Amino acid sequence: MDTVHASLTTPRTPAGEHPPQDERLPAIELLGVEKLFHSHGSTTTAVGGVDLEIGEGEFFSLLGPSGCGKTTTLRMIGGFDQPTAGRILLYGQDVVGVPPNRRDVNMVFQSYALFPHLSVFENIAYGLRRKGVPSAERSRRVAQMLELVQLEAKSDQRPRELSGGQQQRVALARALVNRPRALLLDEPLAALDLKLRQAMQLELKRIQREVGITFVFVTHDQNEALTLSDRLAVMNAGQVEQAGRPREVYEHPQTRFVAGFIGTSNLLSRRVRAIDGTTAVLEAGPDERLVVPGADLAQARVGDVLDLTVRPEKISILRVPATDPSACVLRGTVTEVVYLGTATQYAVAVTASGDRTGSAGSSDLIVFRQNAADATDVAARGDDVWLSWRPEHSLALRPGPSAASGSDPAASPVQGESDGAQQR
Amino acid sequence: MNARLGARLAPYWLALPGWLWLLVFFVIPIVVMLSLSTQTGDILTGFSQTWHWQNYVNGWNEFSTEFLRSLLYGLIATVLCIGIGFPVAYWIAFYGGNHKSSLLFLLLLPFFVSFVIRTQSWNFILADDGMVLSPLKNAGLVSPEFHILSTPVAVIGGLTYNFLPFMVLPIYVALERIEPALLEASSDLYASRAASLRRVVLPLSMPGVFAGVLLTFVPASSDFVNATILGGTNTTMIGNVIQTEYFTNLDYPVAAALSFILMGGLLIGVFAYARTLGTGDILDMAAAS
Repeated sequence: MDTVHASLTTPRTPAGEHPPQDERLPAIELLGVEKLFHSHGSTTTAVGGVDLEIGEGEFFSLLGPSGCGKTTTLRMIGGFDQPTAGRILLYGQDVVGVPPNRRDVNMVFQSYALFPHLSVFENIAYGLRRKGVPSAERSRRVAQMLELVQLEAKSDQRPRELSGGQQQRVALARALVNRPRALLLDEPLAALDLKLRQAMQLELKRIQREVGITFVFVTHDQNEALTLSDRLAVMNAGQVEQAGRPREVYEHPQTRFVAGFIGTSNLLSRRVRAIDGTTAVLEAGPDERLVVPGADLAQARVGDVLDLTVRPEKISILRVPATDPSACVLRGTVTEVVYLGTATQYAVAVTASGDRTGSAGSSDLIVFRQNAADATDVAARGDDVWLSWRPEHSLALRPGPSAASGSDPAASPVQGESDGAQQR
Repeated sequence: MNARLGARLAPYWLALPGWLWLLVFFVIPIVVMLSLSTQTGDILTGFSQTWHWQNYVNGWNEFSTEFLRSLLYGLIATVLCIGIGFPVAYWIAFYGGNHKSSLLFLLLLPFFVSFVIRTQSWNFILADDGMVLSPLKNAGLVSPEFHILSTPVAVIGGLTYNFLPFMVLPIYVALERIEPALLEASSDLYASRAASLRRVVLPLSMPGVFAGVLLTFVPASSDFVNATILGGTNTTMIGNVIQTEYFTNLDYPVAAALSFILMGGLLIGVFAYARTLGTGDILDMAAAS
């Protein structure tokens, strides 16, 4: 594989396909990109003002639920759809209006779109033939690709004789053989079953490392996005809610939507009782303590309702009050215990005494507890428990575009949604 | 055991009406015609089975011109049908939008009028003093002797007109089945629109073209209505000859022999065509699309 690696990454300029460029330029830049669709007199906003910067060699994911505009964004980068407004730059060059066949990016389609009348070899050679690459070099490059995706033996077969995973790899090879400046992948793993999908994820990651080409990957699967990406952008309702490294986005979701969409999140809405520097103290019952650092980012003032999230695995579940006086503490009653193998999931009803609606109510917080060697069952259904976590794991959420555009946050796939969210 | 046997035989029982139909309306007439084609005699004294294969030789010697003319006319009409029909099918399939079914209905609308009437109306249109030539002649744009009826142009034109839908429909079906993403993929892989048409659309439409050629060439070559209504003495096709032998000359054996020669010629032609194109490939593509 070393030879493949070397020959795939080095020949950028010798092949004459990529003029020398400033390495500091981002591979892809989207500036205020907007896409409206008109049909039967009504206008739908598929993408509403997206700004993105994707670096060279990055594995970048566009993550979001269906209809969030991620595929439309990808298709605009590929040239299959033209933006209504905004600019798309490939290495600094505006490509709006340039048709797909004149753009130095290639696409892996969700349906693979392999040519059924051509062999695997000819499918992969298609782009090289259209570009007029001489026959000897063409054969060499196709052979190299077949090796990369481990399909040397299938060279003469027709696509429909291959399994789904093999077809997927042909689609990948067919795009990569052209050495594009960026590879666009539209939910390429969606059609595969779970086992194969996981194998292909690793395969994709390996291939991307070997060829060093920028990958823009569209998916609705948060695990896939977290596993594969160097950076990712979470999209909702045609807008980017948050972009960053997987760990950043997971550990520090900035909006209610992101917190809910990625992983399991506990959402709490409480009134601000006091602000000490950048830390907000929220309303809570006696013996309880709820503090949120970074309240300045959410621009909260005393009396405002603040949304906060805390990840289930950050919460400790205890039979006695926490000893650390600075920790966040809530009291509750266990309503459900679910054994998950490596972990146990507890649902704990907490009293929402400081609720902004004023009505006393309760709802469940989800807690994960690792089933480590020394772990014992701390609580059973009906037990009264103490929940505690470090204040830095309380994350203040700013109202995202989703809230601004008036979409119903309760409709977002939030697991273990709690407090105010349910009473909205 | 019996129940299982019954279940195993069920498909054959279900196919029985079909087999009976084929036997009564195809196999028996073919055998009767084959026997008839080797008989001698005449309508007054009756025909007797004499295994007179000379009927075939005589038939070919006497009417080889008409045979070859029929195949030629059929071929030209088929090529014209591809030329006219492919763009029509392409347009409906890729640009028909929500109106595809309406457009297909329009294409089939002439079928609601009898074949003979439709052809006869072409006779009116193309007549020497008809609605096309008459004004042109009055205006002095064409000579008074100019005529279209009774020429090969009229007959081939009529064949093309009458069989066009049989070409358009199968091509349309083949084109309609092409996944739009394939064209996007082709464009993504640096193909111009022309290259995509040549490298993706055309190959994938071949099963449709193949079916269209069969549906057009075979009936067009054996047609006699167009030559009767639009043609003249120099455009007689083999269909006309068979009809005359059978209904006018009452020479049943020769008519039957001519029919078998035509059938044999068409079968050979069709197989040769399938062979050059590669039936395997066509079936492959049909299965894949």
